[in-house]
This record gives sequence, C-alpha cells and structure tokens, in this order.
Amino acid sequence: MNWLDTLVQGLLLGGLYALFAAGLSLVFGVMRLVNLAHGDLIVLAAYLILMITTALGINPFLAALFALPVMFALGWVLQTYLLNRVLGEDILPPLLVTFGLSVVIQNVLLQGFTADSRKLAAGAIESQSLPLGPVTVGVMPLMTLVTAVLVIVVLNQVFYRTALGRAFRATSDDMVTVQLMGIQPQRVFAIATGIALVVATIAALFLGTRSNFDPSIGPARLLYAFEAVIIGGLGSLWGTLAGGLIIGVAQALGAAINPEWQILAGHIAFVAVLLVRPRGLFPRAND
Amino acid sequence: MFTRRNFLQTSAAVAAVGLAAPALAQGTRVKLGYVSPQTGPLSAFSAADKFMVDKFLAAAPGLGLDVEVIVKDSQSNPNRAAEVAKELVSRDEVNLLLVASTPETTNPVCSVGEAEEIPVISTVAPWQPWFIGQQGNPQDPASWQGFDYAYHFFWGLEDAIAVFLGMWNSADTNKAVGALWPNDADGNAWASPVGMPPALAEAGFKLTDPGRYQNLTDDFSAQINAFKQSGADILVGIPIPPDFTTFWTQAKQQGLNPKIVTMAKALLFPESVQALGPLGHNLTSEVWWTPNHPFKSSLTGESSAQLAAGFEAAAKRQWTQPVGFVHAMFEVAADAIKRAEDPTDGDALAKAVAATKLDSIVGRIEFGRDNVPEFARANVSKTPLVGGQWRRKDDGNFDLVIVENAQAPEIPRGGDLELLG
Repeated sequence: MNWLDTLVQGLLLGGLYALFAAGLSLVFGVMRLVNLAHGDLIVLAAYLILMITTALGINPFLAALFALPVMFALGWVLQTYLLNRVLGEDILPPLLVTFGLSVVIQNVLLQGFTADSRKLAAGAIESQSLPLGPVTVGVMPLMTLVTAVLVIVVLNQVFYRTALGRAFRATSDDMVTVQLMGIQPQRVFAIATGIALVVATIAALFLGTRSNFDPSIGPARLLYAFEAVIIGGLGSLWGTLAGGLIIGVAQALGAAINPEWQILAGHIAFVAVLLVRPRGLFPRAND
Repeated sequence: MFTRRNFLQTSAAVAAVGLAAPALAQGTRVKLGYVSPQTGPLSAFSAADKFMVDKFLAAAPGLGLDVEVIVKDSQSNPNRAAEVAKELVSRDEVNLLLVASTPETTNPVCSVGEAEEIPVISTVAPWQPWFIGQQGNPQDPASWQGFDYAYHFFWGLEDAIAVFLGMWNSADTNKAVGALWPNDADGNAWASPVGMPPALAEAGFKLTDPGRYQNLTDDFSAQINAFKQSGADILVGIPIPPDFTTFWTQAKQQGLNPKIVTMAKALLFPESVQALGPLGHNLTSEVWWTPNHPFKSSLTGESSAQLAAGFEAAAKRQWTQPVGFVHAMFEVAADAIKRAEDPTDGDALAKAVAATKLDSIVGRIEFGRDNVPEFARANVSKTPLVGGQWRRKDDGNFDLVIVENAQAPEIPRGGDLELLG
C-alpha cells in the first residue's frame, strides 16, 4: 500500500465532501435549520448547469456562472416564501418541510429529466493529471479541493469582515435583540439560503463532472456532508472543511485496507471525534 | 381454507347451476396485471413500457384476444412490488401477472403469484438470483423447489461468464483480471464461489479482487492501486453507472491503462455510455438484445430493427436492451392465452405458459430445455447472450457492435474486439 498516495487521494476526496457540506454548515450556522433537501438542491443545480450547457453549447464551468444567480434567486425565494414560515421555536416543522421538499425535487426532476443517468462533460481535463513526485494527482480532484478551501475562505471573509456577516452572526446569536437594531431576520435568512445555494451550485459543478447523477442520487450524497458539519463543530466553517478532510482521509485509509472498510472507516472516524470532542472540533462559543 | 380460488370455483359452480354453464375459454376477457419499476432508480428499465402495452393492445384484437392490461409501478421498491401485485390479484382480479426488470421487482411479484395461484411471466433478471433468490434456503441446493405458477425467461451468470471469457480470449493480454464487484446482490453473486472466480481460475486467468465496496462510493483509489500493482490488462465488474464513471475517470487520472474493460450493468444503457464521452469508446459489455438480432415478433411480425425503430420514433430516444424483452413478455402472454383451455383459470393458464414453444423477438422461448440445470429447468427458459463493444461515432453517439457470439452463432457479429487506448 502506498501511504502517501492514499493520504493525498483521501484529502482530495475530503475536498469534495467539504464542498457538499459548506452550504449546509452556513444555513445551520445562521438559522439552526437542518436542510434535508441540500443534496437534492445540489442535484437540481447540476441539472440546471446541464440544461445551460446543452442549450448554449458551452463548457459546464461557464454554464455554472450563469447558474449561480439563478440558484441564488431560488434560495432567496425558497427561504422567503416557504422556510421562513415554518422557522420558529419548534425545530420539527422546518425539518419536515425540507424533507418534503427533498421528495418534491426528486420527483419534479424525474418528470422533467427522466431517470437517465447524466453527466457534465468537461472535456479532456477530466482525465488529466499532474505528476507530483511519487503521487499522481488528478486535475479535477485538485481543483475540487482548492475550490473547497477558497469557498470556505470567502465565506469566512463574508462572515467576519462585512456588514452582512455581522448581521448573520448577530441574528444567529440573538434573533430578538437584533430586530431592535433594525435588522430583519427574515431577510438575513433569505440571503443566507441564497448564498448556500450558490455554494451548492459550485458543489454540483464538481459532482456532475466527477460522476453521473440522476434525480434520486441527492440523499446519498448528504450523509457525509452532515458528518463533516457535525465533527467540524456546528456553525464553524473551518471546522466543516476539517471535518470533510477527516472523513475523506479515513475513507481512503479504510479502503486501502479493504474496500469493504471504506464507508465504515469514515463513520468510525466520525464517532471517534465525537467521543473525544462531543461538540465537534471547533464549536462556536455558546451554542 | 377460504381462498380466492375456492371462492371463484364455488361462484363458478353457482353460476353454472343457475345459468347453465356459460361458454368460458375463448371470447372471455382476460385481465393482465403488469408490474415494473416506472419510477425510482430502476426506471430506465421501464422506458418502453407504455409503448409495448399500447402495441400489445393494438395487436390483440387481430389475434382474436380480448384483453385488458393493468399497469402498476413498483417504485423500484421490492415491498411496493409485492403490495401492488397483491392489489392486482385481489382487487383487480387479474388472470395473469407480468413482471420485468431486476430481481428486486421480479421476485416479490413471482412470490405473490405463486402464493395466490396466479400464473406469472417474468423476465429481465439473470435466472440464478431469480430462482435461487426465491428459495427458502438459498445455501442448500437440496431444498430448492420449482414453481407451479412462476415462469422466467432470460440468461444466467454462466452465459455472461462464457461471453466475457470468449471476448478476453480473442485478444492478446497478460491474462491478469481486476474485479470491481460491489457489496450488493449482483456483486456478491458474481464474486461468490459459484460465480466468476472458479471459472476464471479454470480458464487460466489471474484474478485480483480487492473486496466488495459500497454502492455510490466517491473514491476508488484503493482499487486502482491494487489493479496497478497486479498489472491487470483486463477489468471486469458490475458497478452502477455513477460508480463506474467515478472509477473510470479516476483510473485515467491515476494512469491505469487496461486493455479490456468489460462491465455489466453500468454499460447497459446508451445514456450512461454517452455520459462518459470519449472515455466510453471501446468499453465492452454483455448484450441481451439489439436491433440486429435476427428474430421476429410473433405478435406483429416485425423484425428487431423495425421494433427498435418504432420505439425510437414513439419515445424519441435511442433503443435500449429491455425493449425487446418487454415485448417478448407480451408475446409469451398472448401465445399462452391463445393456447389455454380456459385463460381465466389459473391452473389452465399456468399449464399453457409452461408448454410455451415460441420464436419471439429475443429468440426461442421454451421451458424444460437442457441448457438450464435440472432443478430450475421447468421454470426457466434461457435466451441467447452475446458480447458487445461500444464504439463512439464522430457525432458523440455510440453504437453497440457485437464482437463475440460463440454462445449464439445465429446472432451475427459486427466486428472484432478492439483493445483500449
């Protein structure tokens, strides 16, 4: 077994998981909403990119640029007209609504696009790789990891350097007091969900070029994202990145021993982290 | 016990006494219930359903049949399949059950038919998971029993293995094989001691099997490393399409360059191969049916090519392999109803199905032939299997070219096996 190669491939895989998890982490951090439809929204974004790619005959990377504002608007509308109505003291209604949303999205996609397995064609770059010393690193997986880090950096800058970020943090800390300061939590939430769907679109771009997708594939992609968010510490974006990388490396190591251990190793890492640090690696101060 | 059959027999007797035996048999409306996965992950198998049902209903009056078809969706879920099959039997009172596409759909429906004494015509699942999968104790061949009402036509694992070996032997390789078998019903069947490993050893191939992986895995680096180390020229497996795409792009990124890649399941539908783009060129797979198969429909007299063309025009998409089999299922049904003494009687209809000797669009369907092991012979009819290679055309579409036909020489070859890259 080549340990270095296993470690590198695990980190690259972790980048993909972190990208899946970033939007989830953002929404949870701001409004304590567990979005069960996040995986399906990623698949929806992948179909949107596919539609733009085929309609305009352009590269999926370019098509994703067109998809970003559309998904932001969708997130805004979704939050304003649906999720804001169910957010409240009780955590169950929003959970049920996002569960229902997941079913609705899957079936709408099935109606619109059939069950055919689709893929975003990125051209020759898909199979290209860089020889870095003893390991060979695929260009696309490397771009996925770099993008995941960039997304986390940018989100952190937004959170800690802008007025919008202050509003996010303030609303998250105390939803009642923040209203005295002239901030409408509903509007803040709508923008947060919009940004989360922008991140989901970026995740969709890398999911769709890496593997096939069909309308029913979303929930399967969500589990590792949840684990990444939780072992990273709820609400911490850097924690989410760390969580994704930990699960990726654990899976790669498990698979190197025996492929039967791949998924299990990720779950064991998840439990192990929680045993040592029940609130995750980087929990926010007073959640 | 008060069963549906008792009830029907009693009420028929009452009717006979009261109305002086109405003429049954020919001329009576026969109800067919068809269960298939129209939604969910398996729905690609059912793309031709509506087209085929319409075709059957259009052809039936010309054959002197008065039939009605009730179609139910299994939602790709075995429990749901059993539920709708029961509904068809008890509420709709169908005389014949039809079922297609994967053991997850066929097995629950066949079990219902067997229990309710309604004949079932089943297809599109290798016969081992169909027959052995329904046994009380799959581990103990001595306990296996045949069925009185369930009949199945398709090929078996031994055919797929023979086709694969035929393809690999036709090329010059180092005879090292890497296996990509998932931890699901198909993967475990292939990897089992009655599956591929002994057949490979016997034929002089060296197998590298890194172990069963979970479906929807995002990383195959471990397998790729194992195949690289063993220098495998040949890759085999039965992954689902998303996993094969992940594997194959990663393999290319990490510099794994086998000469032959033969995958079942993942390369079944043209859409999945098209999704691979240039990477899909010259991949190989087992082939159950193509428009070039030299068979004719007993319902409409159409050739395979005409049937596929009709489907493509109606559905506005490329033909798929289940098209032929779904059609053949209706052929068997029509043929059995025609021959049955009383098609509304379960036993008489089951007898007619068992006696099927039909040249269908997928080849000869006849139960009890000696190409099936004796324990399953009465219920299973094997259809021919060949090997095909996907060839990418200049416009980005793919053609499936038959490159291996030792098992079924009547199906013409379209070319020789080409090695990858």
